[in-house]
Amino acid sequence: MKFIIAIIKPFKLDEVREALGAIGVAGMTVSEVKGFGRQKGQTEIYRGAEYSTNMLPKVKLEIAAGDDIAEQVVETIKNVASTEAIGDGKIFVLDLADATRIRTGETGDTAL
Amino acid sequence: MIRKFTGGAVAFGASLAAATPVWAQEAVEAAKPVANPGNNAWMMTATVLVLLMIIPGLTLFYGGLTRSKNMLSTMTQIGATACLAMLVWVMWGFSLAFGATSYEGMLGNFISGGSYFLSGMTAETTAATFTDEVISEYVFVSFQMTFAAITAALILGATAERMKFSAVMMFVPIWLTIVYFPIAHMVWAGDGLLFKAGALDFAGGTVVHINAGVSGLVLAYLLGKRRGYPSEPMPPHSMTLTMVGTGLLWVGWFGFNAGSALEADGFAGLAMINTFVATAAGALTWMVIEKLAGHKGSALGFCSGVIAGLVAVTPAAGNSGPFGAILLGILSSIVCYFAVAKLKAKFGYDDSLDAFGIHGVGGIVGAIGTGIVYQPFLGGPGDGSTALGAQLWVQTEGVLVTIAWAGIGTLIAGLIVKTIIGLRVSEEVEVDGLDISEHGERAYN
Repeated sequence: MKFIIAIIKPFKLDEVREALGAIGVAGMTVSEVKGFGRQKGQTEIYRGAEYSTNMLPKVKLEIAAGDDIAEQVVETIKNVASTEAIGDGKIFVLDLADATRIRTGETGDTAL
Repeated sequence: MIRKFTGGAVAFGASLAAATPVWAQEAVEAAKPVANPGNNAWMMTATVLVLLMIIPGLTLFYGGLTRSKNMLSTMTQIGATACLAMLVWVMWGFSLAFGATSYEGMLGNFISGGSYFLSGMTAETTAATFTDEVISEYVFVSFQMTFAAITAALILGATAERMKFSAVMMFVPIWLTIVYFPIAHMVWAGDGLLFKAGALDFAGGTVVHINAGVSGLVLAYLLGKRRGYPSEPMPPHSMTLTMVGTGLLWVGWFGFNAGSALEADGFAGLAMINTFVATAAGALTWMVIEKLAGHKGSALGFCSGVIAGLVAVTPAAGNSGPFGAILLGILSSIVCYFAVAKLKAKFGYDDSLDAFGIHGVGGIVGAIGTGIVYQPFLGGPGDGSTALGAQLWVQTEGVLVTIAWAGIGTLIAGLIVKTIIGLRVSEEVEVDGLDISEHGERAYN
């Protein structure tokens, strides 16, 4: 099992969700987050006084996926969330030791 | 009649001085003039509109521009200042500015006397307007009272986030007495220095805006910069509330400008349309300049342009045609933009919320510009009897006298307060925010 964390541009969320649903991803957790990478934030200007804000709003997806589709998930997010412009985001893949469905107590792949 | 009207917004003093002997002679045969209910109704409406400018207009406008830890301090200082100014006004303020007794010689140029504690005033007594009409004296006193209140409150934009509440409360009565009342008398009373010189100030370009702006600048220098200014970011904490405040200021400004006609007549209508169009031009101009300077047209830019337009049209409200007013709005926005974005950084003063940058500078543009847009060839209501150059010089004279009087007077008032109780809060209070330290409350829980 893999745990996939993807940071994407907020306006790409709906598209990514649909595409992942189509390849069989059953669930995900979405958070609104702030951060910076190479894009380095933006500048706010109030009556001529400049304030650079280092953090930009992004959306973070957390997806637990079986080994069979993990690679496909990463590929899908990469293709759909891309605008080929700076600030498109990043995808991190972690090994996932186990998962438990709280209601039934199922563990491993069946819990996903 | 027109000439008398254009001599200044509140030619009450002049009309009264001229009319009193006549009344005295005719008193036997003619009944006392009675206030026209229509005019009275409009002036009472205009008066409460100016109160709307102070609370909640100015409190929200300034409050939103501060950091959230100083929101209540800013609003409370404005509210308490206005209240104090109202009480001082009925005790001796009205008397010094528009009192019944005119002094002979030099002194009469600067103050009047009599009518202390509103003595001699009843529900039947009246004040002159610019025509043969009269309005109730209590209404006139109330209307002018709101001007004193908002002018004192405007200064606080320059001192926000660091001035002690007690220092504000001590500064305001001294400042009103030595700065505001004499300037109001000079500009608007019949025997006032600038009124006699022919300076035009319909609703307070010099008396209110230059006066408050320059006083704010002097006080900002006396106080020193806020801790961390300009290296730490101090963006406005709520542009939403600033926008709400801006709207309320604009609405209230109709009372300010159209009310200064003192009657519900065509000149009130002229002041009204000017207050619409100059402001609209100012708001859009500021956003265009932002764009030209390589930024985005911003909400604060919009709000700043609104205020710049309103300030500039104030002295011109009844002294300009609508297109002259549009010109003033555009010009004021351009000049004020450079004042707050460039001039402030260059000279390094900490005019926290740009009381000087917009009210002071916009007031100067408006006061001098009034001399131009007043001329009939630009659609102004002037009859052309005063040449453009002569009028411009008188306007400039008015600006210079106001700057000097406000500058020196504020320095004196500020130093008195500084010596007795100190102007500024401690470093700890400033870091914690004035809301919790000075008032024991938080704006947001």
